[in-house]
Amino acid sequence: MHIFANPARFLAIARPLTPWLGWGGALLVAVAAVSGLFLTPPDYLQGDSVRIMYIHVPSAWLGMAGWTGIAAASLFQLVWRHPLAAVAGQAIAVPGALFSAICLVTGSIWGRPTWGTWWQWDGRLTSMLVLFFLYLGYIALARASDDRTGANPIAAIFGLVGAINIPIIHYSVLWWRTLHQGQSITLSGSTIDASILWPLPIALLGFTMVFGAIVLMRMRTILARNKIEARLKRMAEA
Amino acid sequence: MKPKHQRLTLALLALAAIVGATLLAMSALRDQASYFYTPGDAIRDHVEPGRAVRLGGMVAGGSIRRAADGVTIDFVVTDGKQSVPVRFKGIVPDLFKENSGVVAEGAFDAGGTFVADTILAKHDERYMPPQIAGEMHKSESLKK
Repeated sequence: MHIFANPARFLAIARPLTPWLGWGGALLVAVAAVSGLFLTPPDYLQGDSVRIMYIHVPSAWLGMAGWTGIAAASLFQLVWRHPLAAVAGQAIAVPGALFSAICLVTGSIWGRPTWGTWWQWDGRLTSMLVLFFLYLGYIALARASDDRTGANPIAAIFGLVGAINIPIIHYSVLWWRTLHQGQSITLSGSTIDASILWPLPIALLGFTMVFGAIVLMRMRTILARNKIEARLKRMAEA
Repeated sequence: MKPKHQRLTLALLALAAIVGATLLAMSALRDQASYFYTPGDAIRDHVEPGRAVRLGGMVAGGSIRRAADGVTIDFVVTDGKQSVPVRFKGIVPDLFKENSGVVAEGAFDAGGTFVADTILAKHDERYMPPQIAGEMHKSESLKK
């Protein structure tokens, strides 16, 4: 892990990786969008509104995976004092919040024609909204740091504690009776018919690659900004 | 013990405490955080008439009756063991049909009928194209 602790070495890997992730991901998202909109059959019950799945599920996954990343980065920041950990946490927070918001909005648009409501305070919907608010809190805390590098231990503690919401979101449909349906994809298989399911893994991979590209770009931006801050500080002292 | 290990131990202990506390809170919330009563719960808990609750279950097959005024419908919500008659006046979602999930918001009247002011359709986690659903329906009806 400490091989990547050096920001210079990180940049040497991140710089060429960013376009591959970004453009490769965009291509996969486009393939999934065309397949999901034109090639797959409609659902027997929901009709064409089932196609919202191809954006709703990847954004839910990225919202949850993003916070898992923040929690891991927070642990590295607190325990190993890893110089890139706080940068990674800050870089993940904004796209994480964005995809959580996309998940909530697409879910709401999906809920209106199927359930007959835009919003209900059931376990799954509420815990996902809490995740979105946690992201906003993390972004605010990470920016509120004194030393301008964003390595705020309070934000890291918040990132670790907030991770408890991730299993709550995941198990909400099993623990409580909810309006949201149960899990379709489990370790034992999928209750989505293969003819409807197949674009979903393409969309998942594509959106995840785009997410990765955004995180790498943001990490590079934050590193560059920290460098400028440090140089300005030195110049001011000299 | 190096300071690094001290921090790791501290972080893991704190994490274990938070997870434990949350699991306790969640198991305590188990009944309160449920989104709706099933007919069995509603009968067991003697939900008093007039209290606003949600009732969820399956719409019993063959139970939907439309009144002559065109907007009032009566149907039965069942959880497989117990069932409750429901009356609703208004427009139901497209997915509201017999043998399908439903959540009704409203209250019981004195006679034990659930008077709903909102009907939500609840679908399950299965998604399939219409042809397959049609074949499944055919094979299921043949079995009967």
